Amino acid sequence: MDKASNTATTSFTLDGEAVQCDPATGERLSYSLRERLSSRDVKIGCNAGDCGACTVLVDGAAVCACLMPTQQAAGRRVETQAGLVRDDPIAARLAESFQNHQAAQCGICTPGMMVSAMALLRQVPEPTPEQVQDALGGVLCRCTGYRKIIDAVVDTAALAGAPDGSGAVGSAVRRVDGLAKVSGTEAFGDDIAPPDTLVLRVIRSPHAHAGFVLGDVEEFVTDSPGVEAVLTAADVPGQNRFGVIPGFVDQPVFAERTARFRGEAVAVVIGRPDAMAAFDPESFPVTWAPLDAMATPQQALHPDAPPLNADLPDNVMCSGFVLHGDPKKALGQAEIVVAGTFTTGFVEHAYIEPEAGYATPVGDRIEIHACTQAPVMDREALEAILGWPASRIRMVPTATGGGFGSKLDVSVQPFLALGALKTGKPVRMAYSRRESMQSTTKRHPAEMSARVGATADGRLCGFEFHGDFNTGAYASWGPTVSVRVPVHASGPYRIADYRAEARAIHTNCPPSGAFRGFGVPQGAIAQESLFDELAEALNIDPLEFRIRNALGNGDETVCGQVFEQGVGIGACFEALRPAWDAGRADCDAFNKTGGHLRRGIGVAAGWYGCGNTSLPNPSTIKSGLLPDGTFVLHQGAMDVGQGANTVIAQIFAQAAGLPLEAIKLIGADTDVTPDGGKTSASRQTYVSGAAALRSGEALRARLLALVNAGPEAAIRAENGELLIEDGRQIHKVALNRMKPDTDGYVVAACETYDPPTDPLDENGQGAPYAQFGYAAHLATVEVDLHLGTVRALGFTAAHDVGQAINPLLVEGQVQGGIAQGLGMALMEEYLPGRTENLHDYLIPTIGDVPPIETLIIEEPDAHGPYGAKGLGEHVLIPTAPAILNAIYHATGVRIRHVPATPSVVHAALKEARHG
Amino acid sequence: MSYYAPTSLGDVWPLLAEGEARVVAGGTDLFPTQGDGPPPSALLDISRVDGLRGIDHDDDGWRIGGATTWSDIVAAPLPPAFDGLKAAALQVGSVQIQNVGTLAGNLCNASPAADGVPPLLTLEAEVALTSAGGTRRLTLTNFLRGVRQTALVPGELLTALHIPRQPTGALSSFVKLGSRRYLVISIAMVAAQIWLDEAGRIGGVRVAVGACSPVARRLFGLEQSLIGLRPSDLVSFSMASDALDTLSPIDDVRGSAEYRRAAVERLIRDALGQAVERSDG
Ligand SMILES: Cc1cc2nc3c(=O)[nH]c(=O)nc-3n(C[C@H](O)[C@H](O)[C@H](O)COP(=O)(O)OP(=O)(O)OC[C@H]3O[C@@H](n4cnc5c(N)ncnc54)[C@H](O)[C@@H]3O)c2cc1C
Ligand code: FES
Ligand code: FES
Repeated sequence: MDKASNTATTSFTLDGEAVQCDPATGERLSYSLRERLSSRDVKIGCNAGDCGACTVLVDGAAVCACLMPTQQAAGRRVETQAGLVRDDPIAARLAESFQNHQAAQCGICTPGMMVSAMALLRQVPEPTPEQVQDALGGVLCRCTGYRKIIDAVVDTAALAGAPDGSGAVGSAVRRVDGLAKVSGTEAFGDDIAPPDTLVLRVIRSPHAHAGFVLGDVEEFVTDSPGVEAVLTAADVPGQNRFGVIPGFVDQPVFAERTARFRGEAVAVVIGRPDAMAAFDPESFPVTWAPLDAMATPQQALHPDAPPLNADLPDNVMCSGFVLHGDPKKALGQAEIVVAGTFTTGFVEHAYIEPEAGYATPVGDRIEIHACTQAPVMDREALEAILGWPASRIRMVPTATGGGFGSKLDVSVQPFLALGALKTGKPVRMAYSRRESMQSTTKRHPAEMSARVGATADGRLCGFEFHGDFNTGAYASWGPTVSVRVPVHASGPYRIADYRAEARAIHTNCPPSGAFRGFGVPQGAIAQESLFDELAEALNIDPLEFRIRNALGNGDETVCGQVFEQGVGIGACFEALRPAWDAGRADCDAFNKTGGHLRRGIGVAAGWYGCGNTSLPNPSTIKSGLLPDGTFVLHQGAMDVGQGANTVIAQIFAQAAGLPLEAIKLIGADTDVTPDGGKTSASRQTYVSGAAALRSGEALRARLLALVNAGPEAAIRAENGELLIEDGRQIHKVALNRMKPDTDGYVVAACETYDPPTDPLDENGQGAPYAQFGYAAHLATVEVDLHLGTVRALGFTAAHDVGQAINPLLVEGQVQGGIAQGLGMALMEEYLPGRTENLHDYLIPTIGDVPPIETLIIEEPDAHGPYGAKGLGEHVLIPTAPAILNAIYHATGVRIRHVPATPSVVHAALKEARHG
Repeated sequence: MSYYAPTSLGDVWPLLAEGEARVVAGGTDLFPTQGDGPPPSALLDISRVDGLRGIDHDDDGWRIGGATTWSDIVAAPLPPAFDGLKAAALQVGSVQIQNVGTLAGNLCNASPAADGVPPLLTLEAEVALTSAGGTRRLTLTNFLRGVRQTALVPGELLTALHIPRQPTGALSSFVKLGSRRYLVISIAMVAAQIWLDEAGRIGGVRVAVGACSPVARRLFGLEQSLIGLRPSDLVSFSMASDALDTLSPIDDVRGSAEYRRAAVERLIRDALGQAVERSDG
C-alpha cells in the first residue's frame, strides 16, 4: 500500500547499500540511522535543527536527519560522513585537509561540517571562504572558532596546507588522534551502548523552587509497558550528595522533597528503548507545589530572604579576598580615579555533545563509559554515592565532545551507576539539549564594581574591586571562582595598593561552576574597561598605558608573589603594537567618511594562574616498552578537543628521544592509566606535560642503562628487539627474553609532577601558582549606529605560552577561545525557562567569527615542560573587554553589561545621545 | 504505526478527515516543537503528493505548491518582484532547513517571526485551502489570525499559494535583523516592493514588517506617502510620526519593544533602498 504507505518497513540506500528498517511513527532519521543502522557517525546535538551535527545528504542535499521522519527517506539516497569518506574521493581529500588544518578539535561537529561541505564541494570544487560560510552556516562548532574549518574546506582541492613538522616539541604536526574524527569512527558518550540497552530518562523540576511529592512509583512501573524501574533518592545506597570541592559537597543526585532549581532531577525512569522513545515525562507521578524563587543575588541577599542552604543563613556561600598595600590611601592620592559597575549573565558551555554515557555491571563492579573532563574525580563522586570502594568502580572516558569546564562535574554518571545497580543490566542515557542546558553548570553571572586610580604620569595608583557571583543552588566550583577572582582581578599589572573581594551567592538558579577562566573573564571586563577610561582621562594611548603598567620579571603581583622569570605580558603588548597602530589609523580613516557605520579597535589583556590555586594538583604519567617493541604512553590527561593527546605525546617523545609515530597511546581508564588530573585550569600541558617529560626521561634512562649507553644514544625498537645506537656501537636487546612486569612491560616508568605553590594567608598573600600564562587581544569591530549591531572584523591575539609544543594547536585554542569570548560579549545569555535551547541561546556561527591572527610569544617558564605554560583559559579572558573597548572607540559609548546585544547597544547609544 | 505518505491528493482527504494524523512537510517546525515529549501518534507526510511541490506560472500569475521548499524558491526562475521572497528564502535558518522546510509550513506554523510572510504580503499572495469538500481562497491577512493561529480547519490542507500578476517592473527586497549571521530568528524584518511610473517616480510601493506584531503587517499609510517620490528620495524621506503605529512590538529575549520600533524605521529605509538599487543594476 504505497499510496498511503502504512507499511512498517522503510527501505533506502545508505552509503551505497540498500538498507531496511522498521522505524516507529515519527521516528527521526537520525535515530534510525544511529540505533537501527549502526551509523553512529551521525551525531545528535539538539534534535531541533539548531546545531547541524546530524547533517546527512539525502539525494545529494544537506538535511538535518533529526528533522526528517525516517519514512520520508524511503527510496532515497542517504549519505553520511563515514560512507562519504570511504567512497567519495573528494570526501577523502576533505578528510586529509581537515587533518592538515586541525579543523577537528573535539570532533563532535566534524561529521556535520564535512557532510555539509560535501554538498558544496560536489558543485564547487574550489570554493571561496564566503561560499564555505554559506554552506556550513547550519553547523555549530564550539571548539575551533571555525577559521580552520573554512581553511580546510577551501584547501580541499589543493591540499596545500599539510603541516611539515617533525613531531619534535615546537613543531606543527597533525593531531595524533585526528583520523577517527574525520572518518566517522570516533566514539563519543552516546556512541558506545548497544542499541537494545535499557534507556534512562530523568524527571526534572519544571520550577525554580518547589516542594514535591512522588506518587505511587511502583504502580507507575507496573502500569507502564516497557518501563523496568524508577530511581529516586531512596535508591542511593551511599550519600545522596556530590560536589567537587571538599567541604562543599552539597548537591543531591535526586532532590528530596524540595527542588531548588529548574531542571533539578527528582527521579529517573528506566525502560526499553522503544518504550522510552515514546515516553511522556508528563505521565510520571509527581505533584509540585511551587515556592517563591530567588533569581538574583540581590534577592538572595535581602535580609528577609530565606536561606537556600540551612547552614548559610545569609545565602553567601563563600568569599575570597586579597589585600595588598593601602588602596584607600592610594586612591586618595591618585590624580584621577574612575569607577564603574559591570554585569554579566549566565553563559552556557554549549558544547555540541550533550552529556551521555553507558554503564554496565561486571561481576561485583560497575564500569561507566561517559564523556568527561575528570574521570578520577567522577570515580571519587561515585564512591560516595554508591558507598563503594574505588576498586569496584571503573571509569572509562569516551571521546568527549567539548567540555570547557562543565564536564568536570558529574552529570549522567551517578544515574548510570545507580541504574545499572538497580536493574543489574547495562543502561545508557544521553541528555537532551534542554536537559543539558537546564541542569549542568554555567558561567557565573557577576555584578562587579571597581575603582581604579592612576597618577598623572599614567601609573596605576590604587584598585578596589567587589564582585558578587550568582553561584546558583549548589556549590560546584563556586568556591574556586570566589578564590580566583580576587587573585586575578588586577590583570597582569603592577598594582601596589589593591583590595579585591568576591562572593558566591546562592540563588534558585542552575549551579554555576567552571567555565574557561573560573570567573576571571568576568573580572577582566571590569578591570580592562576601567583601564581604558583611565588612559583616556590621562590622554595616554590605551596600549601605551598598559605597557607602562605591565607586570615584569621581578615585580610583585597583588598576592605578593614575585616571578624572577617567565612574565610575558610585556612581550604580548609589544607584539600587538604594529597591528594596533595600523588598526587605529584604519578605523579613524573609515569613521571620517561619516555614515551610520563606525569602526573601532580595542585592546585588553589577561593572565591566568595555571593549575589549582595554592592546592596540590599532581599528574602521573606512565609509560612502558612491550616485549614486541611497542612504546606505550598511558595518557590520562583527558583530551576534550584541546589536543592533550598530541601535546603530551610530543613532550613524552621528545624526552624519551623517540619519534612521535613510535608512540602508542592508551587513554584515560581508571583501571589501567594513572591519574592525569582534571582537564581544567590550563593545567594539562603544564602539569601533565611535566609528568610526561619526567616519564619520558625516566624510561629513556632505564633503557640506556640496560646497555650502559651514553645519554646521547639513539633508541628504537624493531621486531621485538631494542636497538640502542651509541656512537658507532649498536647494542641489541632481545625484549622477549626480558621478564615483563604485571602490566606486561619489560621496561616501564611512572612519574608524577605537582607544581610548587604556597597557601594564601588571610589577606590572600602567598604563592598561589607556580606559573601564569599571559595574553593580550586586539579586537576590531564595526557598529551600526542605527541598529546597535556589532560585527567583529578581526582579532589579533598575542599569547605567551612559554614554549608552543605544537603551534597549530595553539592557534586552534586561541581561535576557539576568541569565538567563545565573542559569544559572551555579544550574544550569549542563558535565561532559565527562556533560552533553554540552541534556537534561543545563540552562540557564534561560522559567519560571525572574523579572521584571527595569532602571535605566539614564548617567554619560557622554569617549571613547565620545555618552558611551556598553560593556554586553555587565557585564550578567552581578554576577548570580551577588547570588544567592549572597541565599541567605545567606535561610538564613544561604554557598554557595562554583556551580552551587548543589538538591543542593549542601541539603548546605550540612545542614552548617550540624549544624556 | 501510522505513517502515511500518500502520492495523490485523493488519498489525502480520507486521512485528513479522520483528523488523527498531523501533517508533516519539512518537519522543521514540527519536530522542534515536540521538545522532549513523545512523538505524534500518526503523521501524514505530504512531501510525496503529486503536483504539490513546485512553481507554475500562467497569465493570472504564479502558483506555488503546498509542499514547495525554500530551496525550490531559490532555484526557480522568477522575476525581480520575487527577489525579496528569494532573499528571505536564503535567510531561513540554514541550507539544511531551506532544503526541506516549506513555505506552506512556514505559514501554517504562524510564527510572528516567520520570514516568509512579509515578502508574501508584498506579493499579495493568497492561500488555497483545500479539503474533501473543495477549495477556498483566502488572502494571507485573512489566513493568519494571530500568534500560532490560522484559518485552517480540520480536514483542510494548504495546497497552494497563489500570487497574482505583479505590477510591471516591480522590484523587491527583504532585510532581516538578527543577532548573528546564520540560523537566527528575526528580531524584525521588512519586505518591500517598488515600481516606477513612466516619469521615473515611484508609481507604487508595498512594505510589510514582521516580528513587530502578532502577524506581519503591510504599512498602507506609509506606502501611500511614498507614491510620487523620486527613488533617490527614499534614503532620506521623512517618515510620518504615525507611520508605524499599526505595529505593536513586544519585549522578548531577542530585543525590547522600543528597540524593535526604532530598528524598523531603519530597516524600512534599507529595504526600500535595496529594492530601488536593483533598478539600475
Ligand atoms: C534551525 C531552524 C531555523 C529556522 N529558521 C527560520 C528562519 O530563519 N525563519 C523562519 O521563518 N523560520 C525558521 N524556521 C522555522 C521553519 O523552518 C519554517 O517555518 C519552515 O518553513 C516550516 O516548514 P516545514 O515544511 O518544515 O513545516 P513542518 O514542520 O512540516 O510543518 C509546520 C506546521 O504546519 C503544518 N503544515 C505543514 N504544511 C502544511 C500544509 N501544506 N497544510 C496544512 N498544514 C501544514 C504542520 O502540520 C505543522 O503543524 C527555522 C526552523 C529551524 C528548525
Ligand atoms: S541534532 Fe539535528 S540539528 Fe542538532
Ligand atoms: S570541534 Fe567543533 S564542536 Fe568540537
